[in-house]
Order: sequence, then structure tokens, then C-alpha cells
Amino acid sequence: MPANAFNGFTEYGIGIGLRVPHYRHILAKKPVVDWFEIISENFMVDGGRPLEVLDSILEQYRVVQHGVAIYFGSADKFNREHLKRLKRLVKYTNTPWLSDHLCWGSVDGRYTHDLLPMPYTFAVARHTAEKIRAARDYLEVPICVENVSSYAEYHASEMTEWEFLSEVVELADCGILLDVNNIYVSSQNHNFDPYDYLNNVPHHRVGQIHIAGHSKYEKYLLDTHDHPVLDPVWGMYAHAVKLVGNTATLLEWDDRIPSFDEVHNEALKANKFRDKQLATTAE
Amino acid sequence: MKHSKLTNSATNSSPRPPSEINSRAQLRELQRVMTGVLFRPLTPKWGMQKRWTDGAPMEAVAAEFIKPNDRLSSFERLEIYNRQYWFRILDCLYDDYPGLRAVVGERRFMKLSTAYLSRYPSDSYTLRDLGNRLEQFLREEPQWSAPREELALDMVRFEWAQVVAFDGPAKQPVTPDDILDTPASKLRLSLQPYLSLLELNFAVDDFLIAVKKRESDVLRGEASNAMDGAPKAVTRRKRVRLPKPEKIYLAVHRHDNMLYYKRLDPEAFAILTSLRRGVTVEDACVEGVMAGERTEIDWSAQIKEWFDTWSALGWFCRNS
Repeated sequence: MPANAFNGFTEYGIGIGLRVPHYRHILAKKPVVDWFEIISENFMVDGGRPLEVLDSILEQYRVVQHGVAIYFGSADKFNREHLKRLKRLVKYTNTPWLSDHLCWGSVDGRYTHDLLPMPYTFAVARHTAEKIRAARDYLEVPICVENVSSYAEYHASEMTEWEFLSEVVELADCGILLDVNNIYVSSQNHNFDPYDYLNNVPHHRVGQIHIAGHSKYEKYLLDTHDHPVLDPVWGMYAHAVKLVGNTATLLEWDDRIPSFDEVHNEALKANKFRDKQLATTAE
Repeated sequence: MKHSKLTNSATNSSPRPPSEINSRAQLRELQRVMTGVLFRPLTPKWGMQKRWTDGAPMEAVAAEFIKPNDRLSSFERLEIYNRQYWFRILDCLYDDYPGLRAVVGERRFMKLSTAYLSRYPSDSYTLRDLGNRLEQFLREEPQWSAPREELALDMVRFEWAQVVAFDGPAKQPVTPDDILDTPASKLRLSLQPYLSLLELNFAVDDFLIAVKKRESDVLRGEASNAMDGAPKAVTRRKRVRLPKPEKIYLAVHRHDNMLYYKRLDPEAFAILTSLRRGVTVEDACVEGVMAGERTEIDWSAQIKEWFDTWSALGWFCRNS
């Protein structure tokens, strides 16, 4: 949705992920970018160059934090050191909202550094929602959880992924970072209609949208973030905008990263789909 | 970092997935099985192992908790995650330890990395720390770096020091006013936490510079569960000549947030090491001069020059 409680009542437009290969260009050329998304863990350090770069970015741009390692779905309790550092960064960046994934990735203090799919059960939804609530209360910032792309499903699941997502965010009273590329990738891997997913999540909780590219293999799709956005994903993006309104949108490009201008121009294509959809809706 | 304690089921070397997930305990069981699968090394052909830890067919174990679809079996779907895990962490070590890679060779490095990560899976939320027990591992299992055990150890200590220097904590530097009234016999100076002092048996600094000069920069994908192809260590490259034994003393540090390594005289190294141990400036200087073998030196002028340099570099800091 446009400004809502889950994105700190902001009205951000099209942003891109802040990535190392673009640092020099951004700091030297100061291009006009509506906002940058930073990977929280890359800046949860004690000093040095990462924080120097962050300072320079914060002087000129709006920044939103996106995490990859909170692991709301892990059975473990939170890593307190992680949360402490995250809170320090939240205060530092003044991020209006914070996002991380609806997934798990560690157990017994050992980390996979991956975003692993959840078993979609009511008990797991309750456990996950409790952790999201606890994190929000501690971090004192709105939280949006992002749906991940997946390549496997568990026998133990009791519901669809979108039902699980809806259950978790309602129980946690948190926002959704709706990744339309991830929905598309998972829909192809698990044989469901991605529009069923889009149509059946609580739209008023969407605080942000992700778009990205993926790769097609013989028997499955991979969420590679190393391509421009593909047409089916743009189509889903337009439909998402129709459902949730003009929402902060971010392009992820994490591998084989091209020039800053190429990434930014790809992100700005979202304007075309968004404006067209919003005009149609207005009519 | 705090770890949760292992329970009996976690110490079971052949855990099986629960049939339903109605509690946090069952969720933990599932996650232990899944990580147990992921952490198992891939086959030489980058596939998932065909047998589980108890010898059961992995196809059957996977089918117990992963649904197949019309294109992929349970085994194949789980294998995607197994491969993704190893590709990601092997690539990370590959990028972060080019020096160690050059010392042992590309193929050996992959085997060493696999053995290391099998014994010490990541215990940190950040991939920055992935190599934090590599030195320990090489001491415990020297066969992975034989016959260059000593050189490999020097290199991994040097490369880890660079990780620390890059983004390690900095304390408020000491100013002249802070120490003006304290005599050297009572003055104790702390050193910046990001500064590492290394006594090495090989000139790994020059070697690493040569290695990096040969290699193009490789940037790691940063976010999401984006997947890469197979790890990078598949191409053979012309090797840089390995360094001969040579005692060197090195300070690895940063200045204006740029990473540097600085050769130190043995006496200077001894002084800094003593300061880090917490002895007074006066005692550190005595220990430093005694540690050296040089006599034809104006030690008071030399020590003043060193302290001026270290001070200008911001190496001295307050205790709190």
C-alpha cells in the first residue's frame, strides 16, 4: 500500500539495492535515486570502510534496511548479539521500516547462510509470528516480512504458502515485503497460479515490493538476481500495484552486476507499469 | 556468540525428520535434519551424496519430508539446497583467501575448504566470519596444507588480520594531552583493536601483492537466496613463485579506512607486542631494545621516531 503503518507512513518510489560495485559511481556522481535498500548485515560492523560509505550515503539518500539473517522461522531463539547490532544500525540509519525474510537458516547456532523454506503449519506460523513481534518490540521499527523463492515443499505443510504468509502477518500484525519475482519462481517450481498468491494475501499489509530477475533451468527456475526482470514478473508487478496501490518498489540485482545506470534504468521501468496500472484503476 | 545447547536428538548422527510439525521441538528436529543434509559435502560431481549418515538411501530419507513434483524427485529438490549451500560458502572462502589458495593450489584449496567447513560450519550470521577458525583448523589438520604447513599458517593469519583491519572496531585515539603528565615508567598505551601484529616466517605480504596483481577483482553476490553456478576453483592459473623462508614482522592496520600492511623492525615489533600485553611504555622500550641484536643505533632517537609514526597512524587508543 502507499503510506501505511508497515512502511512507517512513507511514500517512497522506485529504489535500488546499494551494492559494492556501484559505490564509486554513487559517491562521485551523486545520481538521483529515490531510495536505497541496504543489506543490514553488511553494515553491522564495528568500523572501517563500510560505515564510512554508509555515512556518505545517508547524507544524501533515503535508506531502508533489508536483512538476510534474522531467520524468524528458525526454531532457535534470536542471536542476541545479532539483534543488538541490528538495533544499533536501525538507530543509525533511521530506517522507516525494516524487512527480512519469512524463512529459516540456522539451527543450534550453526548457519546455512541461505533462506530456507518453512513448513507451512499453524504451530510454525504461531512460533514465527511470536519472533517477529519480539523483534519489532526490541528494534522499535515496523517490520515487513518477505516471501522467499523456494525449490522444495514439505510433506508436513498444512496450507499454501500464501495462506501461511497471511497467517503469520496477521498473528504478528506486521507488514509484507511482497517479492513478485519470488512468487513467480515458486509458482513455476511448485505448480501453482502466481495470481492466486497475489490475490489472496492481505493487501493492506504490503509495505514494499521487490522485483528481480531469475534464471530458467530445464526442470526449475532459480532466483539468481543476475538478469533484468522478465516479462511474466512485470505482468505480476502491474497486477500487484493494482491490488495494493502505489507502493515502494525495489529492484534487486546481486550477481553479474552491470553498471549503475543499467540497474537504475531497469528499476525505473517499474514506473511505466505502475503508472499505466494506476491510470487504468483510476478510470 | 551464544549457542543453544545440543540435545540428544541433535547429537544423533542419523536424525530423521518428524512426520508432522506441531511444536517448536518438531520444527527444530526438521531443521536439524535439513542442515544435516546441507552440511554434508557434495560428491566430486557436485551432487548430493547417495547415502545418509546411517547408510540408508538418501532418496528414501528425502522422500520422508520433501514432496516430489512432476519434474523433480524429493532427492533432486533437496539437492538444489545442498548444492546452493556449498557453492555459496566455497565461493566466499575462495574470494576471501586468495593467498592461502595460491599457497596450496586451487584444487587443494577446495578440498581443504570442504574439510574445514565440514568440521567447522559457520557459527556467525555474517559470511565475514567464515574463516575465523581456519588457522585453528590448519593447526589441527596440517595434512591439508602439507608440505607447506608453515607458509599456509602464516598466510591464513595474515589474511584473517586483513578481515579484522577492514571493519574491526576502532577506539578513540590517544592525544598528546591524554598522556602529557604521565611519565613513561607509569604510562600504559592500548593498541587499536583493528591492528594485528604478526611475526611470520615468510614474506607473505609481498607474495599476496603478487597474487592479487595477477587476479582480477571478484565481487561476491550479497543478498537474497540468489544462486550461483559451481564454485570458481575450476580453472588453472599460472602460479606466482612461492616465497622463501624469511623472518618478517608485520603490522596489519587501516588508515583513513584503507587497508595497509607495514613491515616492522624486530625491536619495534617487540615494543608494540609488549604494549599490547599491558606493560608500561618504559618497560616496553627496554624489552624491545633487549629483543634486538643491533647495537650501532641511537635508540632514543629511533624509538621517538617509531612512536611519532605509530601515533600519527592512530594506533594508540584509550583503554575504555
